Amino acid sequence: MTVAAFVFYVFAVTVLLGGLMTVVSRNPVHSVLWLILTFIASAGLFVLLGAEFVAMLLMIVYVGAVAVLFLFVVMMLDIDFAQLRAEMSKYLPLALLIGVIILMELAMAFGVWDFSDGFATRIAAPTGEAQNTAALGLLIYDQYIMLFQLAGLILLVAMIGAIVLTLRHRKDVKRQNPVAQMHRDPAKAMELKDVKPGQGL
Amino acid sequence: MISADIQTVLPEIVLALFAMAALLGVVYGGKDRLAGRLTSLTGLVLALIALWIAYTGEGTRTAFGGSFNDDGFARFAKVTVLLSAAAVLLMSRDYMQRRGLLRFEYPVLVALSVVGMMVMVSAGDLMVLYMGLELQSLALYVIAALRRDSAKSTEAGLKYFVLGALSSGLLLYGASLTYGFAGTTLFSGIIEAASDDISLGLLFGLVFLISGVAFKVSAAPFHMWTPDVYEGSPTPVTAFFATAPKVAAMALFARIIHDAFGGIVGEWQQIIAFLSVLSMFLGAVAAIGQTNIKRLMAYSSIAHMGFALMGLAAGSVLGVQAMLIYMAIYVTMNIGTFAFILSMEKDGRPVVEISALNMYSKREPLRALAMLVLLFSLAGVPPMVGFFGKFYVLRAAYDAGLAWLAVAGVIASVIGAYYYLRIVFVMYFGKESEALDGAMPVFQWLMLMGSAAAMVVGVVNLFGIEPLAAAAAATLVN
Repeated sequence: MTVAAFVFYVFAVTVLLGGLMTVVSRNPVHSVLWLILTFIASAGLFVLLGAEFVAMLLMIVYVGAVAVLFLFVVMMLDIDFAQLRAEMSKYLPLALLIGVIILMELAMAFGVWDFSDGFATRIAAPTGEAQNTAALGLLIYDQYIMLFQLAGLILLVAMIGAIVLTLRHRKDVKRQNPVAQMHRDPAKAMELKDVKPGQGL
Repeated sequence: MISADIQTVLPEIVLALFAMAALLGVVYGGKDRLAGRLTSLTGLVLALIALWIAYTGEGTRTAFGGSFNDDGFARFAKVTVLLSAAAVLLMSRDYMQRRGLLRFEYPVLVALSVVGMMVMVSAGDLMVLYMGLELQSLALYVIAALRRDSAKSTEAGLKYFVLGALSSGLLLYGASLTYGFAGTTLFSGIIEAASDDISLGLLFGLVFLISGVAFKVSAAPFHMWTPDVYEGSPTPVTAFFATAPKVAAMALFARIIHDAFGGIVGEWQQIIAFLSVLSMFLGAVAAIGQTNIKRLMAYSSIAHMGFALMGLAAGSVLGVQAMLIYMAIYVTMNIGTFAFILSMEKDGRPVVEISALNMYSKREPLRALAMLVLLFSLAGVPPMVGFFGKFYVLRAAYDAGLAWLAVAGVIASVIGAYYYLRIVFVMYFGKESEALDGAMPVFQWLMLMGSAAAMVVGVVNLFGIEPLAAAAAATLVN
């Protein structure tokens, strides 16, 4: 076994273990931590493939931002996970059965996997020698520019959707008005009164 | 090269730019005060783009290395999608305004989802297909939950979202298996790789892809979300769900199976025939017990998707042509029917119970008559246009040697006729009870009467869509 193969198996097993523990661990915070481990291990797999840029993206975006956000959400939400779990255990036998069947089917499919004729020519890298960021740049801003822009539109829809579904203009909240604040005249805002002793205003 | 590519996707770009400009303009201009006007404007823009595509598009062009097709098939589907979306937007303005539901994001989201649909029907690559599908679905999830303070509407949105995400997962898994076999995501490469002798892996990919798309067209057994989402969403949104996205998803279905898997018709024919039979019977039988007209329309749409799939199961030019004609007729009927449902109200509150239509014909004879024509057409009763839609798909299935499927279709449509005719019975011979008093805004009235008239007048030559659909189908299947 070469070093590369050994490292691959270490990362692959870690990914599988992390994924499994994400699903089965009892504490949701632990789940998120296992998920982070899964992300890190898959970043390792990407490094092995020679895709360093994607690996770094995975670390920065998924581990650094998404997973941490998840962690906050999990900690902030008041969800009774025990009750959810009890609900889930009702369906567990059926789910397990279906899962096992699908697993067996996939094992069958992958067991006799063969590639189409001319697979090698079709899958050849379209960018030639360029690698990583250079290759990504060539593809994203040229051949896949439409996909890139469509992804942008999808994010726009997600943003509009989040605002539509959550933003409420509450009437009973006093809001800050910066313009009014800045145009406030100190001379008119305050008045000095000379209060005589023993008298009210 | 890039300028020719942009030329090809120009309608999509224009619509996307319009949506973004409208969003910015309204956010800074006046927010919800402009929502009504923006809704009408968006409807108008959609209709204009439809005319633009219909009158200027010709020939077959591809863009971005073959990942985007502009051919007769795509244009037929796009024009249908754009016109139906425009009709639904114009119909919904008044209804939503009166109920305080109209928010300026609604037309913007509809426009963006239409961009997604246009990309879907033009897809020439699995990645483009997925992007279009997600753009369309994401916008639909949001507008399903538009009525935030109603538990049913939020439930509809959430249910649609969760099940839609699941179906996207299936689709993606199928796409990755297909990629693993073919070594490319381009349809032109997949069809090269997947000829006559295919491996088990590709078959799995095909099945996953078909399941994912069947979810989007709500074909049984992937239909579970449909009745709940139709019932929970605001009625104009339901009308939208029942029309444009269905056409787009069905066209996408045809594109995948013919453009990418056209070399292995025998492999997917049985799957689609199975989906078709199941949808027709489930739609026909499950609708019988419904008392809510929106749920009834959901089951009706499942049954109709079964018939459209029958056209696809034929796997021939005639089959695709029949599917296109069927979808065009289906959309027209549904717009009219939903125009009627939008006007069902009592004391300003929307009513969706079928029993509320008791003796409707006495109060509003003209509207009841239009609805009668539409229901007859939905049921496929001979003199109406709906019959011809069914006739085309049955003939396509029969010609392709699927006589059993055609027979099953006839039986299912007879069963289905019961619940359409029951509404007619209630309207004309029902018990005397408190009548509905909803007035009908001009545009809804026009849509109802227009589509009812089309169901009768169209018998002459189907408004000439038959040769158009034939030409469109010929560009897809070869």
